[in-house]
Amino acid sequence: MSETGQMSARPAGLRRNAEALAATLPPLLADARHLAATVQLGEHGRRLSGMGDEFWQYRPAHAGDEARLIDWRRSGRADAQFVREKEWQAAQSVHLWVDDARSMEFTGDAKRQSKADRARLLALALAVLLIRAGERVGLADPVAPPRSGEVQLLRLAQAFTREAGSADFGAPEARAILPGARAVFLSDYLGDPAEVEKALGRAADKGVTGVLMQILDPVEEAFPFDGRTIFESMAGTLRHETRKAGDLRDRYRARLAERKDRLAALAREAGWLFTTHHTGDPAQGALLWLYAALRKDG
Amino acid sequence: MLILGPIGFTVPWLLWGLVALPVLWLLLRAIPPAPIRRRFPGVALLLGLADEEQETDRTPWWLLLLRMLAVAAIIAGFAGPVLNPEEKVPGGGPLLIVTDGSWATARDWTRATARMQAALAEAGRAGRPVALVSLTDLPADGPVFAAADAVAAGLPAVQPAAWEPSEKDMVALAASLPVGGFDTLWLSDGIARAGRDSLLQVLEAKGSVTAVESARNVVALGAGGYESGAVTATVLRARTGAPGASEVVAHGLDPAGIERELARAPVAFATGEGMEIATFDLPPELRNRLTRFEIAGETTAGAVTLADDALKRRKVALVTGGAGREGLELLAPDHYLRQALAPTADLIEGTIGDVLLAGPDVIILADIAKVAEVEDVTAWMEEGGLLVRFAGPHLAASDVGRDELDPLLPVRLRAGGRSVGGTMSWGEPKTLAPFAEGSPFEGLSAPADVAVSAQVLAQPGPDLAAATVATLADGTPLVTRRAVGDGQIVLFHVSANAEWSSLPLSGLFVQMLERLAVSSRPTRPEEEELSGTVWAAERILDAFGALEDAADLPGIAGERLAEPRVGPDLPPGLYASGDRRMAVNAIAPDRMLIAAEWPASVAVEGLTVVRETLLKGWLLMAALALLMVDLVASLALAGRLTGMRAGTAALLLVLMPAVSPDGAMAQDASEAPLFAATGNVVLAHVATGDAQVDDIAHAGLLGLSTVLFARTSVEPIEPMVVDLERDDLSVFTFLYWPVTADQKAPSPEAYLKLNRYLRTGGMILFDTRDADVSGFGAASPEGRRLQALAAPLDIPPLEPMPSDHVLTRSFYLLQDFPGRHAGRAIWVEAAPPDAERAEGMPFRNLNDGVTPVVIGGNDWAAAWAIDDTGRPLLPVGRGLGGERQREIAYRFGVNLIMHVLTGNYKSDQVHVPALLERLGQ
Repeated sequence: MSETGQMSARPAGLRRNAEALAATLPPLLADARHLAATVQLGEHGRRLSGMGDEFWQYRPAHAGDEARLIDWRRSGRADAQFVREKEWQAAQSVHLWVDDARSMEFTGDAKRQSKADRARLLALALAVLLIRAGERVGLADPVAPPRSGEVQLLRLAQAFTREAGSADFGAPEARAILPGARAVFLSDYLGDPAEVEKALGRAADKGVTGVLMQILDPVEEAFPFDGRTIFESMAGTLRHETRKAGDLRDRYRARLAERKDRLAALAREAGWLFTTHHTGDPAQGALLWLYAALRKDG
Repeated sequence: MLILGPIGFTVPWLLWGLVALPVLWLLLRAIPPAPIRRRFPGVALLLGLADEEQETDRTPWWLLLLRMLAVAAIIAGFAGPVLNPEEKVPGGGPLLIVTDGSWATARDWTRATARMQAALAEAGRAGRPVALVSLTDLPADGPVFAAADAVAAGLPAVQPAAWEPSEKDMVALAASLPVGGFDTLWLSDGIARAGRDSLLQVLEAKGSVTAVESARNVVALGAGGYESGAVTATVLRARTGAPGASEVVAHGLDPAGIERELARAPVAFATGEGMEIATFDLPPELRNRLTRFEIAGETTAGAVTLADDALKRRKVALVTGGAGREGLELLAPDHYLRQALAPTADLIEGTIGDVLLAGPDVIILADIAKVAEVEDVTAWMEEGGLLVRFAGPHLAASDVGRDELDPLLPVRLRAGGRSVGGTMSWGEPKTLAPFAEGSPFEGLSAPADVAVSAQVLAQPGPDLAAATVATLADGTPLVTRRAVGDGQIVLFHVSANAEWSSLPLSGLFVQMLERLAVSSRPTRPEEEELSGTVWAAERILDAFGALEDAADLPGIAGERLAEPRVGPDLPPGLYASGDRRMAVNAIAPDRMLIAAEWPASVAVEGLTVVRETLLKGWLLMAALALLMVDLVASLALAGRLTGMRAGTAALLLVLMPAVSPDGAMAQDASEAPLFAATGNVVLAHVATGDAQVDDIAHAGLLGLSTVLFARTSVEPIEPMVVDLERDDLSVFTFLYWPVTADQKAPSPEAYLKLNRYLRTGGMILFDTRDADVSGFGAASPEGRRLQALAAPLDIPPLEPMPSDHVLTRSFYLLQDFPGRHAGRAIWVEAAPPDAERAEGMPFRNLNDGVTPVVIGGNDWAAAWAIDDTGRPLLPVGRGLGGERQREIAYRFGVNLIMHVLTGNYKSDQVHVPALLERLGQ
């Protein structure tokens, strides 16, 4: 496999890495495939005539059609000549960006998936679906450029099980995105919104469209705190102390709604789609939404 | 001690701590609750949000108040608050503690001791010298004052005595009192007695006297005896101001020789009554067994009356002249006498000379005219003997007592007697007149069908009327009597058989004999009779009414015994001299109890110290409760009261009231399985303490129950394990008792239960589980253990099961009784020696009952045992033969249970042909 070459450079860590990989990859990949299996799909046709293997329609031949395009078997049954058209099956490139900042590791309940886990699961499941449909899937950073085929899934899965970043809040990566490709950004977007704006702008410049999905823990939505509290960010760089956390609830939620509005506005301007997904909800709905969103404007 | 209203404080200086409360208030107010640190990504959105109220950084006032209250409660609690404090003015000078030390103090002795201890402790604190004197156990040289703790060390040695202090004792104490003034604490038993007032005067002259009396009334049991055929016991009480009630319990030996309660009689006192009689209407059989009476719930020597010879069976000598008339049993002169007396008296037979040597209480002469040993009989009568004579043909035909009074007849007789209502005479047979007042037969009803057709007649005379105790309807005497010395002669003017009258056929005859026999019972021996004898104490009563062995008491002269007063030289108890036994009771026969009265100058306290209520525990408890509330409130305030914690906190608050300083004891009652056993057949096994054996026994009985359920109409429920010490055995019909070599023997109480169980039809299957390898019980450890275990059991003689025992055919026909081992003999109750083979039947007519025990060593439970799925638990034998052996083991089990449940029913089946034949004829 491709990682064999990468790892043979560090023979000492080969076995350990292989084991660590084997330990985390199959569950994530299996979960992703499992999730993807719930989305019942046929071939990812474009519902347009064009290059492809599948039959699309017969149309009467008109001037300009080459003679070799005429389907003689169909034309034999009628007086006019027909051309057999095939469905356009151009493969798309889809770039996934999953926020790996510390803030994504938060979960409000030990029994609930962390936001990062949910984001990776969604991203990989989406990749499974897209690759099954023949698209090319890659990451937004240069580590894994878009490719098709099952092997790319393993590569993606390995990339998702890398160690998380050390930053408190992440910013979308748009450098490696190919022009005209599609992009999917999964993050909590609790960091500086200017970064998101910048990345979106850069992507829009390249003619990239895509989806912004905000993944939030229900606790972040509800703010069920009371009493004297010191809030700290996950990496500890930010802190805020309050005497009465309960009093802040309304203002916090107002700010959160404001943040969502701003993201939605950004997405609208850039021709992207925006939604919020809570880790308390099942992942299936989010996956379906993502898949449909990618298909919609394709 | 600081006293504020009804509350006092033992450590009042601690209350200064309350002053610090305002400071605490300020401190607590300034310190906000500790913050919680939370990791929260949304903090980026919070930045810059300021708290709205600045006030919230202070602890809320109600929380502060809660904490203040808790701290105040702690301070007040440790300051030792006392509700209703008793402020005692400590007296000065020495203190003399006097206790009556009589039997009447025994009932409340623990409380009296506590009171003395309290007094000693108080005197110790005040540094007063103390002397402690028990009036029944005076120190040889008068009371000596000593340090209180030294006296307290000797307090346990002060014990009440079974007698009361005598006047002599009190005079002696008054004389030996130390010089100088002192206060007195007198723990009185509440009974007035001679010498007490003078002692009180002496003590009052020395200083103040405080009396302590129990609030409970003193009750005692006076002399018991017979009164018109019933056993009576006199109940006395000291205070007569209010109505009261007591219950007298008669104890006696049961047929097995174990002392148990035989009867109870309630006594109700009217106001002003100090004495009531408890009457026991006991059949003579029980009456003869009485050993003592006691007042229920009173544990004092005074509440116990011991029974002695006076209540024992009497020796009755029966002398008849009609010997040699063989074959005419119903006509024998003594037949009805024998029938009437045999159940209640020891009968002696022989000639008069012979029976006199045996010292009988009563001699009955049935139709004997001439007695040769007149002097001997007269002497015997003068010592209290009762001579009962019956008339008859011989007496009528003789000339005894015709011309002058015969020394052995109560009245003179007319020649010939008379015959009425016969074939050759006029008139009807005479009936009895009602018994006159003053007659020993008073109260008995004369049946109308008792008729007299012949009698001897008394010679009329001036003293005939006084001598007559029963007459016929026409006024002729039927029974006459005359006192001779301490004894008397009674003459029945009819014969003792049914020839002359139908009196011997009636129940009245028995009652009359009983009345006469009662009046002949020995009364208390007189002093002259006792003089010169020496009596040894057999058992003596202690102050608490318990009998103790009197091994090392010296002999007591009869003269001393004649005095009714008990004392250190004559403790109450049972005394014996040769054959005679006499009871000496704590209460003299003519004793009355009179409540002690104290002059107004003496302060009288109850025995129960009015306890000061210490509030410390309650206050600390309140503080703890407040702190718990504070804990929950703080959690809620700090936002930490979520989920599980909220539940825990709620639980804490709910549970709090359940905890109190007094503590609450949980009671468990696990009698439910026994209730189930009462309504069902249940097989039970005895817990051996060896878990494996117990499990197999349980599984075995489960297997047997299943088989019984499937094959017979016996439908047992789940088997039970029986704890001999705890469970009631009466609900079980069958006990399986596997014997292990190291089994613990049951307690005596458990043996009592087991014996009762065996007597009332229960069966125990003992299984030594050793295949009886060494022959029954000889050398295997289990066998020896079985012998030890079964020794106290009430088991009849045993024999190896005979081939015609009912167990071999009570359901299946069996000749072999294997369990897991195909062992040899099993043992059952032996057949009576007179068992005979029934005619034409292969079985003998065996004993009527169910054998109470079956003993063997074949480990039946292991063969019966099944697991939860119904499959055999343990292998038996080999192959098909083994399965056959298991089947036979089950059949033995079925036979056994059938035998337990149906008794000798199968045995009776052998008589069915004979019965049918008889019915057909």
